[in-house]
Amino acid sequence: MGDTIASLQIGESGIIEDFSLDIIPLCLLEMGCLPGKEVSLIQIAPLKDPLYIKVNGSHLAIRKDMANQINITKL
Amino acid sequence: MKNNVVNVALVGNPNTGKTSLFNQLTGLKQKVGNYPGITVDKKEGKCKLSEDLTADIVDLPGTYSINPQTLDESIVLETLLNKSNSSYPGIIIVVAEVENLKRNLLLFSQIKDLQIPTILAINMADQMERKGINIDIEALKIELKTEIILISSRKNTGIDILKRALINYKDWNIEPLANISTKIDVSYFNDLESKFPENSLYKSWLLITQQEYCSFLTEEQQNKINTFKIADEKIKKYQHKETIFRYQLINEILKKTYKVDRSKATDLRSKLDKILTHKIFGYVIFAVILLLIFQSIFEWASLPMDLIDGFFANLSELAKNNLPKGIFTNLIAEGIIPGIGGIVIFIPQIAILFLFISILEETGYMSRVVFLMDKIMRKFGMSGKSIIPLISGTACAIPAVMASRNISNWKERLITILVVPFTTCSARLPVYAILISLVIPSKRILGIFNLQGLTLMALYLLGFTAAIASAILLHNVLKVDNKSFFVIEMPNYKVPSLKNIFYEVIEKTKAFILGAGKIILALSIVLWFLASNGASEYKNAEKFVPTLEENSNLKDEALQKKIASYKLEHSYIGTMGKLIEPVIAPMGYDWKIGIALISSFAAREVFVGALATIYSVESEGEDVGTIKERMATEVNPKTGLKRFNLATGMSLLLFYAFAMQCIGTLAIVKRETKSWKWPILQLLGMGILAYISALLAFNIFN
Repeated sequence: MGDTIASLQIGESGIIEDFSLDIIPLCLLEMGCLPGKEVSLIQIAPLKDPLYIKVNGSHLAIRKDMANQINITKL
Repeated sequence: MKNNVVNVALVGNPNTGKTSLFNQLTGLKQKVGNYPGITVDKKEGKCKLSEDLTADIVDLPGTYSINPQTLDESIVLETLLNKSNSSYPGIIIVVAEVENLKRNLLLFSQIKDLQIPTILAINMADQMERKGINIDIEALKIELKTEIILISSRKNTGIDILKRALINYKDWNIEPLANISTKIDVSYFNDLESKFPENSLYKSWLLITQQEYCSFLTEEQQNKINTFKIADEKIKKYQHKETIFRYQLINEILKKTYKVDRSKATDLRSKLDKILTHKIFGYVIFAVILLLIFQSIFEWASLPMDLIDGFFANLSELAKNNLPKGIFTNLIAEGIIPGIGGIVIFIPQIAILFLFISILEETGYMSRVVFLMDKIMRKFGMSGKSIIPLISGTACAIPAVMASRNISNWKERLITILVVPFTTCSARLPVYAILISLVIPSKRILGIFNLQGLTLMALYLLGFTAAIASAILLHNVLKVDNKSFFVIEMPNYKVPSLKNIFYEVIEKTKAFILGAGKIILALSIVLWFLASNGASEYKNAEKFVPTLEENSNLKDEALQKKIASYKLEHSYIGTMGKLIEPVIAPMGYDWKIGIALISSFAAREVFVGALATIYSVESEGEDVGTIKERMATEVNPKTGLKRFNLATGMSLLLFYAFAMQCIGTLAIVKRETKSWKWPILQLLGMGILAYISALLAFNIFN
C-alpha cells in the first residue's frame, strides 16, 4: 500500500499523485486538491476524523474515507 | 434625463467579504426577498453609479464554483444562465480575496467564460503588506483580460473607484479566459460552439452538465441540448480535465503576477487552531461558548420580553375599551393584537441568538466547531454542519431548518431537518415556566440547586436527547441514496465586522417575522374566530343561561361570566376540545386543556394565553387573580383533587417537549424537503412519542 493523505502525521506533507476512486468529487478538485500539488496535514480532529489539510493554498477539512482515496508521495 | 438601470450580480467564494461589499455598496437600501419556488434568501439593493445610471445589485450566495453542490449554490448558476431571470446581470462583480486568490480565480475563470461583462474586485487589499503579498495589478489585468479593482470592504477603501469603474461596463473586454475547447475534446466542443452561436461555449457546456438546474429552458432548447448529451462518466471526466486546465492557467498567470514573502506572514492562525481544535480544550471552549450563549439569551431577553408582553396586553385592553363595540373590535383586540404580540415576543431571543451565531461565523470559529463535531455527529447520521441548525433550534425551529441548507449530503440534511424540532425552542419556554412553577416545588437541593431550575435544565437535555435518539433511529431506518461528500474550507480568523453582524441579525429576524409570523398571525385569527363563534347553543347562550335554575339568583356580573363560560364551552373550539377529550383524558387532560392544546398549533406559547382566556371567563369571583393562581385552584370534578397536580403537570411538560405543535415548522419542512411526506412523518412520529410519554408520566405520577 502506498501512502495516502490519511497516512500523514501532523506536520508532514506530500505531493498528490492520483486518486484511488475513478470518479472523485469535482468539488474537491475545485477546492484546489489536484495531482502534483503539495498537501500538508495540519490537524486531526479528536476522534481521528476529519483531517485538516492545507493544499494548493487552501485550508480544508475532509473526512478520512476521502483522504484514504488520495494517493501521495511523502516529502 | 433618462435614468438607466443595470443589473449587477455579486459573485464570490464564501469568506471573501462579498456581503461586506454588498453592504458598503447598498447601505440600508437593501431588501431580502425569496427566489421563486425556493426559500433561499435573495438580497437585493440599489446603488447610484452616476447621475443617469443606477445599479440593481443582487448578492448571490457564496460558492467555490459555478457547478453547484447545494441548493443555495444552484441560484448562482440559474441567475447567470437564465436570460429571462429578473436578476440576469449586465455586470458581474467577482469578489476575490488577496490571500486565497488562486482558488478564487477558479470561479472567476468560469464566470469570465460566460462572456458577460465581468470585473474582478480583490478584497482585503489593506492586508497585503502585512501578509507579504505583492500583486502586479497591471500585468494581471492583461493576463485575465479584465478590469481589476483593489478594495477593502471593511476599511471602505476602493469602493468609490469600483463604482466609477462600473459605469463603463459596455467597453469591457468580454473575451473568454480559458479556451476549454482546445484542451479537452476539440471536435465535440467546436461542434457545440457552432450549434449554439447565441451562447458562449461555456454556457452551452453548463447547460449540458448542469441540466438538473436548468429548468428554465424551453422544450425546443432542451431538445437541442439533448442532442449533445454524452455519458455521465464522460461528462465527469471532461469536468475534471476542465478544472485541472483552469488551475494550470491560473498558476501560470499567478507565477508572473503574484508574489508572497512567507517570512512576513504571521502565524496567528496556527496558534489559534492549536487551541480551538485541541482534543480537550477545543471541546471545553465550545461548551463554555454555548453556555455563555444560552445564559445571555435568558438574561438579556427576559426584560424586553416582559415589556413586549405587557405592551401588547395593554394595547389589547386599550383597543377593547376605546373602539366601538362590535365584531371588528373583538377581532382586533382578541385576534390580531395578541397574534402580533405572539410573534414580536420571540424577537429578542431570536435576535440575540443570531447575534452570537453570526459572530461565530464571521470570526471563522464555526468552521472549527464543524471540524470538531463532525465525527460525533456522523455517528448520529448527521454532519458537523448540523451543529448550527441544532443551536439555532433553541431559538426557533424555522430558521434552524433553513440553516440546514449548507449540508450538501441529502441524508444528513434530512435527518437534521427532521430532528431539529425536538430542541427546546423559545415558544416552549413560557409553557414550561408556568407548568414548572405550578407543579414543581421551589426547594433547594444540596443547598445550591433550585429544583425548578433543574427541571427546566432537564427538559432542555431531554429535547437534545430526543433529537439525538431519533437521529440514530432515522440513520438506521432511512434508505437514502447520497452521493455528495464532506469538504469544508477552514477560513482564516477574522475580527467580525459590526456592520455585517448588524445586517445579518436584522435580516434573519425579518425572515422569521415574515416567514413564521404570517402563519402565527393567520392561525391566531382563525382560533379567535373558532372561540367566538359556535352552533345554535352558542348563539342562544344569552337567552338560555339565565333560565337555568342554578343561575336564578346570580347578580348581573356573575351571570355574564356564566354566559361567557357557557359560550366558550359551546363555541367551535370548545366543541373541538370536547371532541378530543376522550383521547386526551388518559393523559390527565380535560376539554379545557384540550382547547389549549389545539390553540398551541399556532405557536406553543399560546397555551398560556388560551388557558388564561378559558379560566378568566370561567371564574366567578370579582378578582380574577393571575392565571397561575387561577390554574392552581382548578379542580378535577371527578377526583375532587387539583387539576394541575404533579401527574398532569409532568404529563403536559413531556407532551410539550415532544409534540410537533408548530404549523410554521411543518410548512417550512414541506418547503425545504419538497414533500409532504417528511412533515407528516414529523407530526405523527413526534405526536405518538408525546402521547405515549405523557400517558406514562401521568400514570406513574398519579
